[in-house]
Amino acid sequence: MELTMAGALNAALRDSMRDDDSVVVYGEDVGRLGGVFRITDGLQAEMGADRCFDTPVAEAGIAGTAIGMALYGLRPVVEMQFDGFSYPALNQVISHVAKYRNRTRGRVGLPMVIRIPYGGGIGAVEHHSESPEAYYAHTAGLTVVSPGTPADAYALLRASIAFDDPVIFLEPKRRYWLKEDLELPVTAPPIGEAIVRRKGTTATVIAYGPMVTTALEASTRAAEESGWDLEVVDVRTLSPVDMDTLVASASKTGRALVVHEAARFVGYGAEIAAELSERAFGYLAAPVLRVTGFDVPYPSAKIERHFLPDADRILDAVARLLEY
Amino acid sequence: MSVEVSSAASGPSSFPGLSKAAWQDVAAEGALGTANPHAVDLGADQLRSLYRLMALSRRVDRQAINLTRQGALGVFASSHGQEAAQVGSVFALEPDDWLFPTYRETVGTFARGVDVVELLALFSGSWHCGFDPYKYRVAPLTTPLATQALHAVGLAMAAKIKHDPIVALTFFGDGAASEGDAHEALNMAGVYDAPVVFVVQNNGYAISVPYRLQTRASSIALRAAGVGIPGIRVDGNDVISVYGAVRTAVDRARRGDGPTLVEAVTYRLEAHTTADDTSRYRSDGEASEWRARDPVERFLGMLREGGVVDDAFLAEVEAEGEATAARMRDFLFDAPAGDPREMFDHVYASRTPQLETERALLDQELRAAEER
Repeated sequence: MELTMAGALNAALRDSMRDDDSVVVYGEDVGRLGGVFRITDGLQAEMGADRCFDTPVAEAGIAGTAIGMALYGLRPVVEMQFDGFSYPALNQVISHVAKYRNRTRGRVGLPMVIRIPYGGGIGAVEHHSESPEAYYAHTAGLTVVSPGTPADAYALLRASIAFDDPVIFLEPKRRYWLKEDLELPVTAPPIGEAIVRRKGTTATVIAYGPMVTTALEASTRAAEESGWDLEVVDVRTLSPVDMDTLVASASKTGRALVVHEAARFVGYGAEIAAELSERAFGYLAAPVLRVTGFDVPYPSAKIERHFLPDADRILDAVARLLEY
Repeated sequence: MSVEVSSAASGPSSFPGLSKAAWQDVAAEGALGTANPHAVDLGADQLRSLYRLMALSRRVDRQAINLTRQGALGVFASSHGQEAAQVGSVFALEPDDWLFPTYRETVGTFARGVDVVELLALFSGSWHCGFDPYKYRVAPLTTPLATQALHAVGLAMAAKIKHDPIVALTFFGDGAASEGDAHEALNMAGVYDAPVVFVVQNNGYAISVPYRLQTRASSIALRAAGVGIPGIRVDGNDVISVYGAVRTAVDRARRGDGPTLVEAVTYRLEAHTTADDTSRYRSDGEASEWRARDPVERFLGMLREGGVVDDAFLAEVEAEGEATAARMRDFLFDAPAGDPREMFDHVYASRTPQLETERALLDQELRAAEER
């Protein structure tokens, strides 16, 4: 059946809650309303207000209470309503969510998921379009996941809820309405494995979350317009990253770029580029390039399209890769 | 209002000094306008247990300070003067209840039963948390202020969802009360009627900053009214008052009637930590006044007067204190650092490829150092 990413996420939550009584879902507006993006639609009606409930507007409180719940044996799945409103919870996330297992010498793991709709491209007002993945990926102890397709949204969210360590689950909100034909429950490679979405030989395009669609669009146009055969790798798990798959692809094509919406400076792509230069140096015909948003605060809606990487910006970068 | 103290047949019927109002219902002062009578029901055996824990706590605290001066602990946050607030609070808990302490609550955590050597790992530098939280039902000593209050609320919410009749008790201080997490915890506990008890140890100082610079309010317990829960202000240097207030709050939470905020007014007789210098921000005179209200001496005085303790019992407690202190010296002095490779073992449930690579690098460095 045809399912949107939003529908796939909703199904993943519902199926996880049906399969495991310890799964509870909460956050701002997730109960009666079903979430501002309707990702939790119908869960409270089916599962009861004990297992899917609304909270006060208190993001640190949402993350902090989830720690206590996980400590007591539940599997909380909490929602930060928007990327730009997830920052009040950072103290709980960095100081506790990420560190509890290590602090207790492995005695207390925290099986919990923090869902965050992230990224731009929806014409939103300030604070609703940010890409905070580098903050989380930089923090040891967090597992950071971002799906690029509806099938992966379902499979990775279910895997994240069943995971024994805390997962920051970044949902590309501009792709909530992306459709895919799939039968549930769909399976996919586990957390920690990247996927080659399109095989190719000219160059490797490394993407995740919202940019997977953009990278695939660029690869289609590259083939049609320039005869370039791009390989597209979907990172899926930003941390711990499946570097072997990225190195293998870059080594094969000899040219690679990383694309993300987040700003370039000290961004996620910088780490990937650095690793590739260390591990695939002898195979690379060109330096690894970054195709990113600019180093500015996320711009207002009418000019955001000039900030966001698109297929054109990716293809321009491929052309530069081929100049070497 | 008065605090009633009943005791076992062998004990006294009342204690001097407790007839005056030793604690007050802050909500009553403001909104309710009536006072609730509170009864404290402790038998002689329990009173002796309570004293034993306070006296041992005092000895543990002194030994920890000494070990810090000798270099065995990197730093230590003393509880000297706050034994009543801490021990009286945890004494009100049942075995299945949970405790969420901070670095200031070492003696309360010790009184809850955590092994003293495991407890002090944070300060000795051997590991951030040296004990198993599930073994003692005690969360790690938390350092970022007030953050643990939310963990207590979450655990209490989970227990309520699972219909387990347990209570979570968390401590924080007058300084931490200014943190946003403290407010979020109080408010969320109220919204969900979570079975949690908040004990604020108002010891007058956040390192050097006095209470008056944390808040204009006369009492932290007043905040309870703002989130719709009961607030109690209690003489934190009177262990019976603390126990009575916290016991009332614990019972209330266990009955399903929701959270309570208890403010125990006390004083930090020592510096913030062994790295602090109180002479820069407060007078000796102020501390002397509070020394006269020493919670351990005060309780001992009551017990002696009431004939609850005799010299043989006190000698026993002192001997146990010396044995505990000796154990601290034995295990904390020159405690081994452990294998540094372990730093990679508990970041995730299993080591990631990146961590394997980094562990191999450290392993190489360690082997090279051994050969040198």
